[in-house]
Amino acid sequence: MSVVFILVFVAILMAGAFLVAFIWSVKSGQYEDTYTPSVRILFDDPTVAPEVKADSTKDSKDKIEKKSK
Amino acid sequence: MPGVRISEETRPDDDTYAFLDLDHFKSKVLTFSEGGISKVSFFIPEIHCASCIWLLENLHSLNSGIIQSFVNFPKKEINITFKESEISLRQLVELLVSIHYIPEINQHSIEKPQTEHLDKKLFIKIGIAAFSFMNAMIYHFPQYLPGHQFLEADMKKLFGWLSVLLAIPVLTYSASDYFLTAYKSLKKKIISIDLPIALGLTTLFTQSLVEILSGKGIGYIDSLTGLVFFMLIGRWYQGKTYQALSFERDYKTYFPLAVTRITATGNDTIPLEELKAGDRILVRNQEIVPADSILKSGTANIDYSFVTGESMPVTKQAGDFVFAGGRQIGSAIELIIEKEVQQSYLTQLWNQAENPFTANNRLNTIVNRVSQYFTVVVVLIAIGSGIFWLFNKPEIALFSFTSVLIIACPCALALTVPFTFGSTMRQFGRKGFYLKNTAVIEHLYKVDTIVFDKTGTITNAQSSDIRFVGKKLTNEQLLIIKSLAFHSSHPLSKTICNSIDGDELIAINDFQEITSLGITGTINGVRMNMGSRYFVTGEKAEDENLKTEVWVYFENTILGHFQLENEYREGLQELIRKLKKTHELHLLTGDNDAEKENLVQFFGTDKNIHFNQSPTDKLNYIRNLQKGNRKVLMIGDGLNDAGALNESNVGIVIADNVFNFSPACDAILQSKQFVKLNQFIQFTHESMKIVKTGFLISFLYNLIGLSFAVQGALTPIVAAILMPISSVSVVLFASFSVSLSAKRFRF
Repeated sequence: MSVVFILVFVAILMAGAFLVAFIWSVKSGQYEDTYTPSVRILFDDPTVAPEVKADSTKDSKDKIEKKSK
Repeated sequence: MPGVRISEETRPDDDTYAFLDLDHFKSKVLTFSEGGISKVSFFIPEIHCASCIWLLENLHSLNSGIIQSFVNFPKKEINITFKESEISLRQLVELLVSIHYIPEINQHSIEKPQTEHLDKKLFIKIGIAAFSFMNAMIYHFPQYLPGHQFLEADMKKLFGWLSVLLAIPVLTYSASDYFLTAYKSLKKKIISIDLPIALGLTTLFTQSLVEILSGKGIGYIDSLTGLVFFMLIGRWYQGKTYQALSFERDYKTYFPLAVTRITATGNDTIPLEELKAGDRILVRNQEIVPADSILKSGTANIDYSFVTGESMPVTKQAGDFVFAGGRQIGSAIELIIEKEVQQSYLTQLWNQAENPFTANNRLNTIVNRVSQYFTVVVVLIAIGSGIFWLFNKPEIALFSFTSVLIIACPCALALTVPFTFGSTMRQFGRKGFYLKNTAVIEHLYKVDTIVFDKTGTITNAQSSDIRFVGKKLTNEQLLIIKSLAFHSSHPLSKTICNSIDGDELIAINDFQEITSLGITGTINGVRMNMGSRYFVTGEKAEDENLKTEVWVYFENTILGHFQLENEYREGLQELIRKLKKTHELHLLTGDNDAEKENLVQFFGTDKNIHFNQSPTDKLNYIRNLQKGNRKVLMIGDGLNDAGALNESNVGIVIADNVFNFSPACDAILQSKQFVKLNQFIQFTHESMKIVKTGFLISFLYNLIGLSFAVQGALTPIVAAILMPISSVSVVLFASFSVSLSAKRFRF
């Protein structure tokens, strides 16, 4: 039965990983706007690619990533 | 329409946004600025469709200085990253204005609110509670199955300790608010719903800890984490707000950030708060008069529609006194400030302290009233059963005492209100009635007196009833009148122009607009004049202010005049007839008694109709009603109602466009839904019934639970079944009954 002990710990670690992922997604603002991305995905790709400069803040990097998806 | 064309009146005047070049404002407006790259975020009420998102997210193709723009549609917000070396903040704003997306830049929007942060925190709390709940259930589940006694002792111990570990973050972080508010209200000697919850949670945890430590069992951690999870879900459901609507606006939202001061050396732009009495300022077309002042030069044509709801502008001559809050239409005017912004008549009205009636209202909610009795009864039962067992079977005395506290934890009770009111608020929102929060529903239910404002509230703000008095006009004459009126931007001309059918406009020559008098032009060489009585006939009007008239002169004769009267909203008669049965109705208006007969017809009596009411009068009127122990609902639309709206138990603002400016209030009602006001109020009664039934259901569950608890027979499995079932069934009952009733109401 000792294998159950290992399984219990593996299970809680996995669940914990998901919890951490959830907290990260909340903190990065993914739940702030649940409507606009659904519209954005329908737009044609821009003919002239916007100049994406290395930006110093994390915030806008996330946004650019999301946009390219 | 946004993004369509640049219309004359909204094109930025040369210096309207000059203040954005000042560092003082730039640093406040920008959210981030470093290394030549800046970020800014604007609220743009005009954002309304997918094309808006597309256009605004492609701003970089209009100006290469814009690196990226990003729209948050529910918030009607745009976040722009741009290079300041290529486009200045001022140019950026002017670019947005030129494509007809006018960002809201005012005192209120630059003081960044912290609400979104709170929202995130609640999400994380729910996430942690869900995580602990699910895992604790897994650990507890084997214990509820037959044959659990064969489980290894080590395994039991491990499961027990792991669930205690899981409970710690739930108790200290997720549920921290319940303990905090329970403590705070206790300090004020109030028993709120949070007290029995905090009590129940604490006993649950201690009891579980004791059982696990002593090796007797595994405790109630699954019930504990489940309770917290459900209650947080309720909080989230109730806390839904209309992100793009603002209920907290004060004069700061309305007034400009900066004004143009005229000095001996030239014009300069200064922040509004630096404005002193005696300063000379310049107010351009479409700008707002920021403080009470005297007109120095120019002809003022002041539109007070935001202030009073009256859509016709007021003409002022040099030397006249101008109240703050009006919007100048026409050429620029020069003003001398009489009073500073803070001391101006209308702004003073807002600086009132919070009134005791609404503050008191907040604590006296149905949940808190019920929970006061509830807590006392539960504690008495707990002590009673403890004492009973102390004399009969002392070893289970403590256990039955704690069991009562555990099972009585009013989770279902606490969930009834959030879900009933939350659903009601969503139903209202779908129908164009937006509430500030769910507490408004209960206040609306208690209302027994309704106070109406007249102009813009029970009359239509935009359209007016137009009649022509005089000779019968031929179709050709009508078309000529329309063609002449088409050339003027005066609201009266627009109203007349819109009221006449026909597409083919006739060419007008020599068009001239004579400020505050009228318009003139020639058609095929024949002169036509339209305007005030004085302008057309040369006689002074004897009954000024009573009715708005536009006189017409054509082919050397006076044809007659248009008479414009405010049009009452459709269905008003019916609405008042219905409301009269259940509520006491009052009407306050700043206008004179020209309309008295019509109003008496509507209201059936002139007892509660008051004319010539100043904003302060309105406020005092509400106060007096409240002193007579009446629960007052105030319905208004303009800034002159702001004091009264704030003072009343429930303040509702009528708005044609809910995203436009409206004074601080508890709810915003779309103007076309005004006639359904009665149904909205009736529906709150329905919601209250559902709440009471929900309470009954949760009491029944508590009764069942208590019957186990007082016998000292509460086992973890009973708690684990009873608590989630009671919560879920109350939630389902509340949500379904509300949507069923809404269907039945068919508003």
